[in-house]
Amino acid sequence: MELDFGPAVRDFRDELRDWLAEHLVGEFAEHRGVGGPTDGAAWEVRLAWDRELAAGNWLGVGWPREYGGRGLGLLEEIVFEYEYARANAPYRATGNALDLLGPMLLAMGSEAQKKRFLPPILSVEELWGQGFSEPGAGSDLASVRTRAERADGGMRAERDDGGTSFGGTSRPTGVESGGEWVVSGQKVWTSFGIHADWLYVLTRTDPDSRRHKGLTMLLVPADQPGVEIRPIRNLAGQDEFAEVFLSDARTDADMVVGEIGQGWRTAMATLGIERGTTLLPQQLTFEREAESLIGLARERGALDDPMLRRRIVDAWISVRIMRTTNLRTIAELTAGRTPGPQATTAKLYASTRHQQLGHLAMELAGPAGQIVGEDYGLDTRQRSFLLSLAETIYGGSSEIQRNIIGEQVLGLPKEPRP
Amino acid sequence: MDLTFSEEQDELRKVVRSFLTRHATEADVRRLAADPSGYDPAVWQRMATEIGLQGLAVPEKYGGSGFGYVDLGVVFEETGRALLCAPYFASVALAAEILLRCDDETARGDLLPGIASGETVATLALTEENGRWDESGITLNAHDGAGGWRLTGVKTYVLDGHLADLLLVAARTPSGVSLFAVEAQAPGLVRTPLPTLDQTRKQARVEFTNTAARLLGPEGAAWPGLERTLATASVLLAAEQVGGAATALDAAVEHARIREQYGRPIGSFQGIKHKCADMLVEIESARSAAYGGLWALDTGDEAEIAISAALAQAFCSEAFTRVAGDNIQVHGGIGFTWEHPAHLYLKRAKSSEVLLGTPSYHRELLATRLGI
Ligand SMILES: Cc1cc2nc3c(=O)[nH]c(=O)nc-3n(C[C@H](O)[C@H](O)[C@H](O)COP(=O)(O)OP(=O)(O)OC[C@H]3O[C@@H](n4cnc5c(N)ncnc54)[C@H](O)[C@@H]3O)c2cc1C
Repeated sequence: MELDFGPAVRDFRDELRDWLAEHLVGEFAEHRGVGGPTDGAAWEVRLAWDRELAAGNWLGVGWPREYGGRGLGLLEEIVFEYEYARANAPYRATGNALDLLGPMLLAMGSEAQKKRFLPPILSVEELWGQGFSEPGAGSDLASVRTRAERADGGMRAERDDGGTSFGGTSRPTGVESGGEWVVSGQKVWTSFGIHADWLYVLTRTDPDSRRHKGLTMLLVPADQPGVEIRPIRNLAGQDEFAEVFLSDARTDADMVVGEIGQGWRTAMATLGIERGTTLLPQQLTFEREAESLIGLARERGALDDPMLRRRIVDAWISVRIMRTTNLRTIAELTAGRTPGPQATTAKLYASTRHQQLGHLAMELAGPAGQIVGEDYGLDTRQRSFLLSLAETIYGGSSEIQRNIIGEQVLGLPKEPRP
Repeated sequence: MDLTFSEEQDELRKVVRSFLTRHATEADVRRLAADPSGYDPAVWQRMATEIGLQGLAVPEKYGGSGFGYVDLGVVFEETGRALLCAPYFASVALAAEILLRCDDETARGDLLPGIASGETVATLALTEENGRWDESGITLNAHDGAGGWRLTGVKTYVLDGHLADLLLVAARTPSGVSLFAVEAQAPGLVRTPLPTLDQTRKQARVEFTNTAARLLGPEGAAWPGLERTLATASVLLAAEQVGGAATALDAAVEHARIREQYGRPIGSFQGIKHKCADMLVEIESARSAAYGGLWALDTGDEAEIAISAALAQAFCSEAFTRVAGDNIQVHGGIGFTWEHPAHLYLKRAKSSEVLLGTPSYHRELLATRLGI
């Protein structure tokens, strides 16, 4: 099944294919297929690859030109993701900013914020971390406690350095400064947090508020005395996520995304993006894994085992269904329709089925799957299997997905809430 | 790139649904399920004249309206939703389809217009006592006797076989599997209705004793067309299964919203809410399987059709059965009664699961077609 949206898009696709063929070489080619939304492996190479993409102007295909994007449409964005996954290029190290923060700013950011922050995302000069979760606020994100208050009590105030810098950083902000927010609290599970130059942080700005009222989304520079970021080792042995301690961290008053007190809306919009579009390239990776698994099974002569054979066929069915589900959503989006319920059910299906695929791959690997390399070096299958355990947790766990489907799609009564 | 429905297709869905809401109510379904003939000829006629459902995907030169398989899939999803009791699957998904796939222009010109107009109820007689859906299952004997071809032997599990006006029969001649047309009145034809677990879709045993038959297409060359027909029918059945599953979920959700225990609607308990969510995940995945098949049928890529048809049957068969079972669970005791419609869906699901071959059979077909 090839995606074909007509001649203009085909030209774009061919240009991209050629570019990838030419540039996905050497070290980059060696790291084909490495990475995933939670995979910190080969970080430096992947970052260099992202810069290569940036140099080719391939990041932000659908973002407006004025912010450094290509100004193309949804179709090209989709084609980009497909071709990219088809070429099995390394998973983009800066995916967080490209897939989550960027779209959030494009949708809800101020003009000044877009001008200031979008270009350095596309040029891979600034990396971002998502500071939503806290030790006491995971699934129940509305119980966020990280506090932010205006240092000047909400009044506009000139900075005594009169400058454009804020916090402890000397970065030019390009945003007119008018007072500051002071942020304190703890965030956790921040993906790629140790690399982050900036964090987008869900904070409580009204100390008397409860639940999802009184929250505000703030952009906070990470490189300042008030921000301490400590890596957390994940189950695959990588320092891929981090905990973030904010103690009187500072950010400019204009760093609110959306409105003060409306941070819940901003956060939900971002999570909507996370649960939707980011699945697309990921599933093509799953497809590739299924293909390679069939190859492995063939090599091992495992296809004669009727039980394994059945599970292999089921794995193939799963990835094919993921693909068709995706194509349905894409078709609806490109036809200007609101995506149907499959856009909501896709994450639950994909994450569950990908875990099954991982178990099957480990079974096929047999005893060799027990052995890892030096420094807990995992092979592709081991890594993919272990990391797949996160897919039913992040971006809203499977249980929370089921609540969302039950309540928001099927209209079942809400759980009693305190 | 067309995996979404057009406005025309949405409109078609609306028209069909509203027709079936009026003419295939639960009361109708129960009445016809209990009636051995199994369908209402007046409604059948209106399906043909008011919306042209029987001829929807039949090319215009054979009296149909020449729509595609995606359109036809929309209709099957709706007939599945309503549990329509009519020989629609037999006549449209099987009989019309095999005529289109057999290499016999004269036969198409003679036989398709009647099916398209609803005047002829037709079916495909393929399976025998061995219950197989592959080429080797076909053993019924055809011989070239005085005055033409004659059939002798037994077909069974023939959908609507006792009421069809026209039977298209797969039989074996010395040169291989061949296709024959047999008229309902043909001497030497004995048709016996079979009492079915799923009373909403009738089956019959058909005995042929030196029965006169018309050879369709070249002798011994029918299997490829039959195989392709089974692929098409698999996808259409999958669409029907998606529709049935969707109704079962609607019923479960409706009940979960209203039924209270412990002072709360049961749908507010995660045990039930999550079950309903999983049912939707299952249905949406089944939709992808079925729609992918319909789309492949319209694009005409044979390899893709073969793969997506086997996939659709393997997946959608089980999805419908699971969802229909969960619907009974969500209903509790009432779901286990004859009076409640939940069992009608479970029985339709379980029967259609094996109608064109079991899910295991289709998985194996898929594996073979993928070269696994
Ligand atoms: C690899 C990875 C990367 C992540 N990256 C980021 C990031 O960059 N930024 C960020 O902010 N966060 C990130 N997260 C955090 C992620 O969003 C949370 O882990 C997730 O929302 C679950 O919260 P929790 O870990 O506190 O678990 P809990 O909420 O404590 O859940 C524990 C278990 O209880 C279940 N549970 C909880 N509430 C309910 C309920 N109401 N009904 C039924 N079951 C329930 C959950 O499903 C789960 O099984 C990441 C997580 C992972 C694993």
